[in-house]
Formats: sequence, C-alpha cells, structure tokens
Amino acid sequence: MNARRSLPRRLPRLLAVGLRTHIVYLSRSPLEILVALIEPLIFATIAVYLFRAGDRPGELLSAAVGAGLMGIWASVLFGSGAAIQNQRWMGVLEPLAAAPVPLVLVFLPITLASAAVGAYALLATLIWGVLLFGVPLDFADPLAFVAAVPATVLSLGMVGLLLAASFVLLPNANALANSLSYPVWMMSGMLVPVDVLPAWSAPLSAALPSKWGADALRAAVTGGDAWPPILICLAVGLCYLVLGALMMTWVERRARDTATLALA
Amino acid sequence: MYAIEADNLHRTYRTSSGWIRRTRRTITAVDGVSFQVPPGELFGLLGPNGAGKTTTIKILNTLLLPTGGTARIHGLDVTRHTAEVRRRIGYVFGGDRGLYDRLSALDNLRYFAELYEVDPRVQRRRIEELLELVGLTGRQKERVEGYSRGMKQRLHIARGLLHDPDVIFLDEPTLGVDPVAARDLRAMIAELVRSGRTVLLTTHYMFEAEELCDRIGVITSGRMRALGTPGELKRHAQDRVVVEAEVYGVDEEQLDALRAERGVRGVTVDQRGMLQVIVVQCDIDGDAEPERFRSFVRQSLAHLKLGRVEVREPTLEDAYVGIVTGQEAAAPETTAVLS
Repeated sequence: MNARRSLPRRLPRLLAVGLRTHIVYLSRSPLEILVALIEPLIFATIAVYLFRAGDRPGELLSAAVGAGLMGIWASVLFGSGAAIQNQRWMGVLEPLAAAPVPLVLVFLPITLASAAVGAYALLATLIWGVLLFGVPLDFADPLAFVAAVPATVLSLGMVGLLLAASFVLLPNANALANSLSYPVWMMSGMLVPVDVLPAWSAPLSAALPSKWGADALRAAVTGGDAWPPILICLAVGLCYLVLGALMMTWVERRARDTATLALA
Repeated sequence: MYAIEADNLHRTYRTSSGWIRRTRRTITAVDGVSFQVPPGELFGLLGPNGAGKTTTIKILNTLLLPTGGTARIHGLDVTRHTAEVRRRIGYVFGGDRGLYDRLSALDNLRYFAELYEVDPRVQRRRIEELLELVGLTGRQKERVEGYSRGMKQRLHIARGLLHDPDVIFLDEPTLGVDPVAARDLRAMIAELVRSGRTVLLTTHYMFEAEELCDRIGVITSGRMRALGTPGELKRHAQDRVVVEAEVYGVDEEQLDALRAERGVRGVTVDQRGMLQVIVVQCDIDGDAEPERFRSFVRQSLAHLKLGRVEVREPTLEDAYVGIVTGQEAAAPETTAVLS
C-alpha cells in the first residue's frame, strides 16, 4: 500500500513530525515544566547581579541573552545526553530501533527538541530580566537576533546527537553531564568573554557552536556583524552532526551485537 | 519461499563479574534453533522463561545479531538486508510500556507512521482503519497514560500494523491483559492470519496457542525440543495419563516422593490461592495403570487436606510440560571460564 518515497524527499517531513512529537511530549512533563519555570529565573538573576556587581549595567541585555544560552545548553546536555536512556526507560527504544529509517534520523529530532525547549529558556530568561530587573530590550540588529537563535538551537541540537550517542556508552553519564555544564558555559563566553580566558582554551572554544552562537547573539544585541558567527555556528554544528551520525550508527550496531537495546 | 526461516541460529552473551579475579561467563540463549514458517501460517513459539523465545524473535526482527546461523524473512537475510526486512515485518510486544504515554494514541500512531515510512497521503486513512480494527475509535485523542492495559496492547498492535507488514511478531501480546480483552486480542490475531499475514506468536498460555496456532515449536534452554501441530504435540503425551489432585499444604519433600514412583514422568504444582493443584504425569502400560496411579496419589497425599483426585486425558499443556520438564535439565546452559 505504500508508494515509498526516497529518503531525501521524506526527510523534511520526518524531521518535522519527529520534532513536533518530542516537543509536545517534553512540554507535558511536570518536571520539565517546573524546570522551565524556575531555571530561567535563576539564570536571569545570576546574570543581572553579576553584571551589576561588575559595574556594567549597560550590558544587562547581553548578560540576559548569555544566561538564556546557558539554559539552552543545560537543556541539550541533560535532555539530549539522556535521550537514548529515556527512550529505553519508556520501552520505546526497540520500536524506534526496529523502524526502517536510520536511527540517526530517529534521534536527531529528539535532540533538536531538547534544544528547542532550551530556546524557550532563552525567551523566558529575557522575559524575567525585563519584568523583574528592568533589562531594556534594545537589540542593535533584531533580524540577526531572530536568525541567530534558531541557528544556535539547531547547532546545539546537532551537538546533542553526539552527546546522546556517546553518553549511552558511559555507565554514569549523568555525573559527566553535570561536570560539562560550567566548562561549556565558560568556554562559550555565555557570561564572561572568551578573550579573558587563557590562550590555550581558544581552540576548545572555537570547537563549540555555543561559542559562535553566543558571539552572534551578542553582536545582534550590542552591535557588530552577527552573520559570520551565525554561519560558523551552523558549520561547526554540521561537523557535530556528522560525528553524531557516525557514532549513532556504531552504537546501534554495538547494541544489536551486545543485546543492550532493551536493557534499562 | 518461506515467510520466516531460522537456520541453525545461535546466540551467546558474554558477562563478567568480580574485580581482582574476574570471571567471564558465556551464556547460551539460543543454541542451534531451526524452523520454517510458510506464508499465511500462525506459528507459535512456546517455552519457559529464559528459554530463548524472545532472543529468537529479536534476531528475526533485526534487533539482535545472531552469533551463528542465518535468519531470513521472505528470503531476505536479517543481518544483511536489515532495512528491507524491517519494512516487511511488524513487532508487537506485551506489557504496558513501549508507547509515549503523555501523547494521544493518534500522536503515537502519526509519529510511528512516519518512522515506518507510511506514505503521507494514506497515513490518515490507514490510522483510522487501524483504530477501527483495534477498537480505539473515539478514544484516539486521549492520552495513552489514561488507557487500560488492554487498550495499550491494542494500540501496540495498531502500531505494529501501520506499514501493513507481511510478517508480524507477537511477543506475549496478551500478557497481563484481563480475560475479556485477551479474548478480543485473540480474535484480532486470528483475523490477521485470515487476511493473509504470517504471524509468529510467543505465549505462555497453552489454550491460546492451541486455539490460534497452526504449528507450535517448543524451545527450552535455547533448543527446539518439539515442533508440530497442536494435535501432533499432544501425541507426545499419548502414552500417558494425568492424575490431577487438589490439596492444601503439600511440600517439596512430598512432591519428590511422588516423583520417585515408578512410571511417574513429571509432577508440577499450580498454586491457586491457598489451594494447590498437583498434576502428575504418568506413563501407562496397561488398562489398570490409570487407577493404580490415582490410588497411589491419593494414598501419598492422604495425610493432607485432600480434595478432588481425578484421572484425565493429557492436554496440550500436559504435553508441553512433559516436553519442557523432560528436556530442560539435560542441557548445560552456561560455560564458565576463568581469566
């Protein structure tokens, strides 16, 4: 009954339906809702007081955007990192893995959904910043800001794919996820500019799409050319997509070999 | 060409334990299983827990790689033509997990329709047909978390049929489902076979296997011990009678005494609340033997509170128990290696 279309033709719809499904699913989790309400408030507070203490009140919006990015990364790190394990706990990993589409295309929408939920954290952080701390919403380049947000979300979703495939191999991935929060916040320049960090950290920062996303968002807020960092952010994200796809293919093969698909 | 072929399938797992003196064990889950299922047949795979049924199914449905042997679906090797095999098979397992419970049935089916490559132009109609088939029409917009176990099981079946597969694997589909819902599910399974699909079913319920299956394979310790129609399997027990006794408070020592009697093939106990139903399978050699065994059982248990003691013809379940208890002890399940 199926006149099956080629994968490239089906791909946009496959990703869109997957993305919608997992965003709706995440948005119905009481825990996710609670975190989504509280976390941006904490991030906004940290950002505002940090910058006020630093006597740089003129950069409050930039600080709020950086804090929002922290929310996206947190969502990617914990949502995507545990993506395979979560599906396994729900008992859906086997039906997902038994589907004819490559497993990487099953998991990419899941990790993108985590990043998209994180984008809400960015928005909520800005709203809290405006409502509670009077952060002024004066973007230097609103169009670039609107482009930089999805570019950053997309790239971090691609990073999430690599995290999902890698973390499933680790017996205590949650501990590693916790330890990865702050280094990436720092190295991406979400709150502190990366040029104040030691020189050896520069290549590591450059390898993080979140660094380029932060650069792009900051340029869109404070003035400057946001488009080159947007493009670099997407290019770095694509590298992670390729790595994540290779890793996911290997992990699937290994799981079929070692019979670990269904193990909780 | 067969719909399902398993040819000398093997599957071993390696586990290890200990720290300084590490012990590695190789566990054999499937040990040379072979069978063929022609198109349109409902084939039952029976065996006790840990016998290798689910491992066999998971090899056939591409979720697990065999360590030896080959498996084919409509001639396609499951390890080499994985994607093509997946397009032709449906997998339904028992239990109330395996669905996105915070989503509606409709959202679950839409999502899996996309993953199972159902043409977007027919998705809506296909989902409506399946909801109708499994009796969930009108409930499709409710979240799955509010469904009963039977409803979830029916949704599992709908999902397994989304892409109209030729071959369907049903792994204990009536597990934990109430009797009325289980009866509906059995009717649904029979209908699948009538529509020309090939079904491989695993179940622990003998009456279910007898009612549904064209042929049955019995696996224990990873090996196929018996294969045939339900009638043929029953003939495994044709030289036997069964003495069934209702008793309260029987212990293992008393059961061992029954087992030690000449001609007793096997003794099992079915616990029904406080009541124990003892099933004694006995080899018969002459017309007087059934009555001799009944007297023997009655006398052996006379000091206990004893209810009905009856002699009856063996059923498929008795044949199955005879096959399983006769073979299970013989096969070494693991080999241990110190390193």
